[in-house]
Amino acid sequence: MRRVILTIAGTIAGLVALLSFKSHVPTVPSASVSTTGGTGSTGGTSAPSSSPATVPGEFPMGSLAGTLTAGETAVSGQVANTAYGPVQIQLVMRNGKIVKVAVLRQPANTINDIRINDFAFPKLIGETLAAQTAKIDAVSGASYTSAGYIQSLQSALDNRA
Amino acid sequence: MTGGQAGRLRHAEHVMGTVVSFDLPACAAEELGRAVRWLHWVDATFSPYREDSDVSRFGAGTLSLAQCAPELTEVLEACAAVSALSGGYFTTTASGRFDPSGYVKGWAIERAAAMITAAGSAGHCVNGGGDVQCAGDRGSGQPWRIGIADPLRASALALVVAGRDFAVATSGVAERGPHIVNPHTGQPATDLASVTVVGSGLTLTDAYATAAFAMGSGARDWVESLDGYEAFAITSRGADWQTSGFAAYLA
Repeated sequence: MRRVILTIAGTIAGLVALLSFKSHVPTVPSASVSTTGGTGSTGGTSAPSSSPATVPGEFPMGSLAGTLTAGETAVSGQVANTAYGPVQIQLVMRNGKIVKVAVLRQPANTINDIRINDFAFPKLIGETLAAQTAKIDAVSGASYTSAGYIQSLQSALDNRA
Repeated sequence: MTGGQAGRLRHAEHVMGTVVSFDLPACAAEELGRAVRWLHWVDATFSPYREDSDVSRFGAGTLSLAQCAPELTEVLEACAAVSALSGGYFTTTASGRFDPSGYVKGWAIERAAAMITAAGSAGHCVNGGGDVQCAGDRGSGQPWRIGIADPLRASALALVVAGRDFAVATSGVAERGPHIVNPHTGQPATDLASVTVVGSGLTLTDAYATAAFAMGSGARDWVESLDGYEAFAITSRGADWQTSGFAAYLA
């Protein structure tokens, strides 16, 4: 389960990197996804929240650790360092399924960040949840490289508990 | 990395420049090892990116076909047949040098899946970097469900197909941009954002997907003419089409 959230956090960091590339920002991090090492924390550990704002869309900003009901576990992903600053998400899991998503840290400095925050987080998190509910066994798509695999949905499937 | 639910085994192997994901019964662990060793042998023998591979040395003219692994002869003959069937849209020389990768990956994955079938597995799924061979079913008579990535929306699925003993291959604009060249023009194929072909074995299903992508808008009629294969495509403008029998695979 730990790997799942690391993968999802990596996917988000990857999309942030992709968007920054598309908006022609010169500094795109080559290693924004640091999903190896596994420093994800479980069991309602709260993580620092850099801003009290709410992410546009349905995903709250800040830890959900204090709102858990029986059978739920909060899992915090690693902080992914992007060109705009640290990105970190938290998932609430029940029976191995994602039931809620919160954003612990997001970049909040530039005009581009606002576009990213408006667009990328709700969209990508929503799509990740959609893939999970589609109950698929594998994903067919244009070939990914060994490095691109870590950000792929197939990677999330391989790592599910 | 290996894991999975009770009775099942999941394994992801970095090989052939991508990751091959296995979902198989835990009792087939030994055959998994054999299949993984096979894939690494294929990589060492057929990679155009390794100077010491048979394919590289054959392409450079420093090794005769007779000196190469006998499987290369088999691959060459099969590539010639697909090339003829596709009106030259499938080719081993699109990159300007000898490169049979468009055939080899699907062939290697289908064989890896067959090795696990031979071990008595009633159902397993092998995904070679987005090209999938399913054998049997996923258990309890349930069909395998394969999501088709939406090439225009990162991490989203365009649709889901389901089936037993079937293969799903998608060719498209990869993460590094257009990489499939129309051999008749020398230019990257741009009509389609992706095309998915469904068939029984991944070897030909994958090769046909590559040819279909290079063909672009002409691919629809071409796949209609192939017995036992169906296709679904998303155009670079975001429209989509499917061949007449594709709906049978929709989950």
